[in-house]
Amino acid sequence: MTVYETLRHFADSYGLAILFAVFVILCAWPFRPGSKGHNQAAANSIFKDDHDGQ
Amino acid sequence: MEALLGRIGIWFLILMLALAASVGARDPGFAAHATIVAIVAFVLMWATAARYDPLAKAQSLFRMPTGPSRYDDDPVRWGVIATVFWGMAGFLAGLFIALQMAFPQLNFEPYLNFGRLRPLHTSAVIFAFGGNALIATSFYVVQRTCRAQLAFPSLARFVFWGYQLFIVLAATGYLLGVTQSKEYAEPEWYVDLWLTVVWVAYLIVFVGTIIRRHEPHIYVANWFYLSFIVTIAMLHLVNNLAIPVSLLGSRSYSAFAGVQDALTQWWYGHNAVGFFLTAGFLAMMYYFVPKQAQRPVYSYRLSIIHFWSLIFLYIWAGPHHLHYTALPDWAQTLGMVFSVMLWMPSWGGMINGLMTLNGAWDKVRTDPIIRMMVMAVAFYGMSTFEGPMMSIKWVNSLSHYTDWTIGHVHSGALGWNGMITFAAIYYLVPRLWQRERLYSLRMINWHFWLASAGIVFYAGSMWVAGITQGLMWREYGADGYLVNSFVDTVAALRPMFLLRATGGLLYLTGASIMTYNVWMTIVGRLRDEASLYSPGHDEAADRPINAAVPAE
Repeated sequence: MTVYETLRHFADSYGLAILFAVFVILCAWPFRPGSKGHNQAAANSIFKDDHDGQ
Repeated sequence: MEALLGRIGIWFLILMLALAASVGARDPGFAAHATIVAIVAFVLMWATAARYDPLAKAQSLFRMPTGPSRYDDDPVRWGVIATVFWGMAGFLAGLFIALQMAFPQLNFEPYLNFGRLRPLHTSAVIFAFGGNALIATSFYVVQRTCRAQLAFPSLARFVFWGYQLFIVLAATGYLLGVTQSKEYAEPEWYVDLWLTVVWVAYLIVFVGTIIRRHEPHIYVANWFYLSFIVTIAMLHLVNNLAIPVSLLGSRSYSAFAGVQDALTQWWYGHNAVGFFLTAGFLAMMYYFVPKQAQRPVYSYRLSIIHFWSLIFLYIWAGPHHLHYTALPDWAQTLGMVFSVMLWMPSWGGMINGLMTLNGAWDKVRTDPIIRMMVMAVAFYGMSTFEGPMMSIKWVNSLSHYTDWTIGHVHSGALGWNGMITFAAIYYLVPRLWQRERLYSLRMINWHFWLASAGIVFYAGSMWVAGITQGLMWREYGADGYLVNSFVDTVAALRPMFLLRATGGLLYLTGASIMTYNVWMTIVGRLRDEASLYSPGHDEAADRPINAAVPAE
């Protein structure tokens, strides 16, 4: 098999599966149990400097 | 004193090398560019020598920060001014080339013809206006969200001024005919190398600031900025792989040929849209919209899904620029499918931006900056709806190569990138120059309506023009011959070209009002004007019914 074919087979099989799995994990990560408070704190973090100087 | 002499010596060395390169250049374009570098080196040498003052070590020509207790905002201030300046230059160039389309007599050969001015316009608005806005806002936002001073102050100054030199070299190159003819990547090899150095410095400053942060969490806007910086570095390096013809000449040949070159170019070109004009400006949205609305982003979780979906999907969408070409059919279909999938994260992001105003929608009426932001996010949604639709092969067979594409680009660029940048500038200027408020809020309102009307003229005329063009090109008669020649279509489109120029004029007028407003704010003036909204209170009528007159 040529390099092109090898890469192409990898991209169609394991490469695709790995990338998809990584994508799903990254998207699911902020929904893990107990993360609600962390997300709220992160969303509000930009307002901290309103209260204690610049 | 010794350090000063050393610095003068370095500038002198660069001056001499640039002069030598100018003399030995193979073509006039390279000689002109070497001369520009020599002029910059001379000015810096002269300025360094003239500023010699042994007592003023801390505040030199480049206004280095005096201590760690303040944010390092001078590069941000310069960036805001540069954004306004290059914006005006880019919009003016755009209006001029729009008029050239309607009045061909305006093509002044050879330096100011359409072919040379068009890349000047695109690069001026994307890289000079947009790029300076991104550098300035990223330096502002990363400091505030990390609660840390900008890392490597001297490198940050190099990033700003180095980027301006890149813009000047690119822009003069287009007028002189120095181009490698790749859309959004026209600068030749040596300018590309310079930009690479500047960009690596940008990455170091940005990442260095994040590493030194005092906030445990890295706010999502910084994710978008970082993805923009890293991806642009990767795209720039791969797409500009080229072999120079000579060491002192401006010509080079691409490392790729044929359809590979085309695909690499549009992998670059579409991701320049995806990561320069989308991810970077989304970072602005995720910081400035919540700050101006004084409410946290609608859903932080959605912003993270938005981020990863853009990262994983955008990079595959480029082949939709090459429908019905020599590119293999499966690659075209792949590009189309990924473009259509981008609908979801784009609209998720738009909803996230708009819903940040949930419970504060009255601010759209009372705060012209919020109004501008809402318009920007709405245009983000509209152009990311139109784009995937145009990437569908069936639609593309009509829209490709027509003015519809130009209209689509401008609804994104004028509506989304322009409006969110204007809003960020209006947010930043009073804060950066410690002013009570902007010179005028009513002028923002004028800017908003002029810009919006301009976009309506532009997008509307280009839809009509594009569909007219597409239908005329594909029309054939009973004998199988095409009915219209190319020039027939040009004649048919002329009214639309005039309407487009009208839209551009309105947009430029709005930007001129912004320039005046920003200028007066920096100078420190406050316009004596009626408040935009009054409570409508009538003191005389605000009385109980008089008890002496009994009710009937």
